Amino acid sequence: MTVLPFLTAGWIFLAGVYGMVTSRDIVHAVGCLAVAQSSTYVLLLTVGYRRGGIAPYFTDTPLRTRTVDPVVQALALTDVVVGATVTALLLALAIQIRKRHGTVDPDALTGLRG
Amino acid sequence: MSRSARIRLFWAAAVVFAVVYTLACTGLPHFGTTVHPYGSRAVAASLRQRTANVVSSINFDQRALDTLGEESILFASVLGTTALLRHARDERVGRPRAGRVLPSTRLLGLVMVPLTLLTGVYIVAHGQLSPGGGFQGGVILATGLHMVYVAADYLVLKRIRPLGVLDVADACGAGAFVALGFAGLIAGAAFLQNVLPLGTFGEISSGGLVPLLNAAVGIEVGSGIIVLLASFLDQAVEVRSETDSGSGERT
Amino acid sequence: MVRTADLLPLAVAVPLLGAVVLVITGRRLPRPAIDALVTVWAALEVAGLVLLWLRTGDGHSVSWLGGWTPVHGESVGIVLVGDRIGIGLALLTSALVLAVVVYSWRYFDEPPVAHAGTFPALLLLFEAGMVGFALTGDLFDTFVFFELMGAVAYALTGYRIEDPRPVQGALVFGVVNSLGAYCSLLGIGLVYARTGELGFAQIGVQLTRHRPDALLSVAFVLIVTGLLVKAAVVPLHFWLPDAHSVAPTPVCMLLSGVMVEFGVYGVARVYWVVFSGPHGIAEPHLRATFVTAGVLTALVGAVMCWQQRHLKRLLAFSTIGHVGLFLAGVALLTPAGTAGVALYVAAHAGVKAALFATTGVLLDRFGSVDEHGLYRRGRELPFVGALFTVGGLALAGLPPFGTGLGKAVVEHSGQERLPWLPAVFVFVSALTGGAVLRAGVRIFAGAGPRPRERYAGPETTGGGEEPEIRDPRRRIPVPMLAVPAVLLAPALAVGLLPGPGVALAHAARQFTDRTAYTAAAFGHHVGPSAPVPDVGWNTEGVLLGLVSTVMAVLFAAVAVWGPVLRSPLVGPVTAVCEGVGRRVIVPLRRLHSGHLGDYVAWLAVGVAVLLVAMTV
Repeated sequence: MTVLPFLTAGWIFLAGVYGMVTSRDIVHAVGCLAVAQSSTYVLLLTVGYRRGGIAPYFTDTPLRTRTVDPVVQALALTDVVVGATVTALLLALAIQIRKRHGTVDPDALTGLRG
Repeated sequence: MSRSARIRLFWAAAVVFAVVYTLACTGLPHFGTTVHPYGSRAVAASLRQRTANVVSSINFDQRALDTLGEESILFASVLGTTALLRHARDERVGRPRAGRVLPSTRLLGLVMVPLTLLTGVYIVAHGQLSPGGGFQGGVILATGLHMVYVAADYLVLKRIRPLGVLDVADACGAGAFVALGFAGLIAGAAFLQNVLPLGTFGEISSGGLVPLLNAAVGIEVGSGIIVLLASFLDQAVEVRSETDSGSGERT
Repeated sequence: MVRTADLLPLAVAVPLLGAVVLVITGRRLPRPAIDALVTVWAALEVAGLVLLWLRTGDGHSVSWLGGWTPVHGESVGIVLVGDRIGIGLALLTSALVLAVVVYSWRYFDEPPVAHAGTFPALLLLFEAGMVGFALTGDLFDTFVFFELMGAVAYALTGYRIEDPRPVQGALVFGVVNSLGAYCSLLGIGLVYARTGELGFAQIGVQLTRHRPDALLSVAFVLIVTGLLVKAAVVPLHFWLPDAHSVAPTPVCMLLSGVMVEFGVYGVARVYWVVFSGPHGIAEPHLRATFVTAGVLTALVGAVMCWQQRHLKRLLAFSTIGHVGLFLAGVALLTPAGTAGVALYVAAHAGVKAALFATTGVLLDRFGSVDEHGLYRRGRELPFVGALFTVGGLALAGLPPFGTGLGKAVVEHSGQERLPWLPAVFVFVSALTGGAVLRAGVRIFAGAGPRPRERYAGPETTGGGEEPEIRDPRRRIPVPMLAVPAVLLAPALAVGLLPGPGVALAHAARQFTDRTAYTAAAFGHHVGPSAPVPDVGWNTEGVLLGLVSTVMAVLFAAVAVWGPVLRSPLVGPVTAVCEGVGRRVIVPLRRLHSGHLGDYVAWLAVGVAVLLVAMTV
């Protein structure tokens, strides 16, 4: 089953989206967005795996050792930072929503319709 | 849309996604394949640049523009979050009360805070050699400082946290990254080009521009996250709405 | 002297540095100094991009960041590639940012003391994100700049925290756009798994060695999902009216004027360079799917636009309508269609920004953007009324405005294959332009009877807005009047002068030429192969432009004076309208529920539909 690791990413993504669709709390929805995002980490690292490869550091390993793909790790690092900072921004908005609307339930936020 | 309609809509879409995505995954190379053209080139380039940590070489040398964009996102988010969590016109600031902490907690904090800060500096400084770098070390620096909040209380944290300076440090870190990018241009090479002496492989001075960019990012991340957390803590501990007359919470 | 290639990274670095300087000095400098600083900085960026545009000409400017120029056709670096369309879009963005900076000189007159530099700094970061997005030639870098402009846009949208609506709109905007971006990243991961490359050109070369299969289609769909969310294509569009109607006016000018169009640009760029080669995405499939999506988007946007009384929401829906037209035009996959859309986008940016700017004056004066609540109150502002009306006419495609020219070129290019396409363009332009004219006539001329106050269905009124400026008794600042007037001029010039048309015709030929782009990225030069499309006014285009303008005026007239007409026809017509309204429009409006879960579910549906359409 060499496809399974790739499918895991799809499963995590759908789980995150399901959480956002059914969410009754926007803080929870932002958390679910982070879950959906973590699927991208899983996919990237899965793609970069090389059988028998070690972590891409040559501090005390011979220079010809086989490593896993370092590019996806760099991409995942960028992705993590982007995700964390955007989450902070969205949580700041959630705080203001709680203050201005008195609720964090998406069902009760009815200011913008039609 | 009613809740049940929404969930049904999602399931319909999810089934389609699952089927087609699975179909697509069967076309992927095998898990653990040895063919990674970009990856192999990146490792070779990193060794040529005498950077032992290949991920750092990619982040700060080969694909430094991605990192410039990424730390700009961080900079923008910190700026945006402080703007969004500013004190609104109809809010007032309460005074947090001092909290009580067990002496053993206080002692542990006293030991751990300097240790954690030191670890953070180490991780930033060795980004070109071992796992870690500006982002990871910066986060450790910022969280290390917040141990004071756990081990003592908010008032102590506030006293040792020069927000005005950190705000400027955050911007300076972001600016330093761009400025170091200009170094390449000034030397007659390309923007963000690693024009500094590359040093000896495996030494702390190796990697040329990489350790400097790591330091810039470390400063930015460390101070940026402290400023970020400060806005959230401020909301949680200090800000009261006009109607809420609670006079300060225990911290 | 700066080398041409170095101007590319400078175009990204200069605004970033500007933001840093503003944050550092913002606490100490007085407000006028900050305004002057940011204006100089924005002007510097415009100057740099003008230089880049002139020096690049009809070729490509290429800059390998970090000096990682390809060796034997392989590189580990990121490339920035400037061609006429990319540089042109960056230039349009920077010009609009300059206009917005000048417009907001006296805006937010009472900024929170400690944050005086924050708003202009965010504007410059927004600019850096958009310019980087326009110039990058790397797929993952596209994602990074996409997220940069996204993150800044969420913060700017929710900037007015005292008002409950902006914070809600900003959150919906942020969550839906981020989810779209993560879809894109999944797609990028799949592409990387197949090709082991990240540069547009390199991936494109690698993909020609594989058979087209489900993986290719799924990767393509996932990558464009994020871009289509940004472009607000139905059914991924729900966030847009909620965000654009609540953002501060200067921000709206940028969001509607250029940011949304970047979504269409991204889709076209990714398709042409990465997926259009041999063994790529099948052209007929793509054309059918995306023209359909564009037309659907245009119709939904236009119909919803007509229903609005909240002026900013009205303009937001008109943006959706026009973006649908842009997508349909680009999806024709012809150089002529692309050239027409380029003209259309350039002119639309000026017109839409001018309309938002005049709406900002109303908000400043009356603390309301409600068409019904503002009835007759705008009579003291004849100049603003004139600008608003001209904007409405330009939106409807009145010749010789650039919007009319762009529309004419796309119509002409599409009608051979799709004879009904001009009808859609005329209808959408007329309905969106008509909605603006209707509001203008009611507010600034006080024409017709007082509009109804109550509506049975879901509705967002524009009354009771938190004013963006504290003191309504002061005079209207000159920049707030001058900027919209100046913005309308280039929209006219694009249509009137032959220069922009010719340049963009060459640009479109270059943009749709995959070989030339790929060769340029690797440092070779390949001459263009296709003929330059013909862009210029023709009789048919002028006539269609006049038809849509007349229809817009008629729509507006019927809406304003219809209720007081005494004719035997009125009864049955009203009955038909009410029937359609009950069956079609009220349900459509109900779908725009403002509910986060609904929007996410629709996003999932949109992805599923695209997956089916592109893989089956």
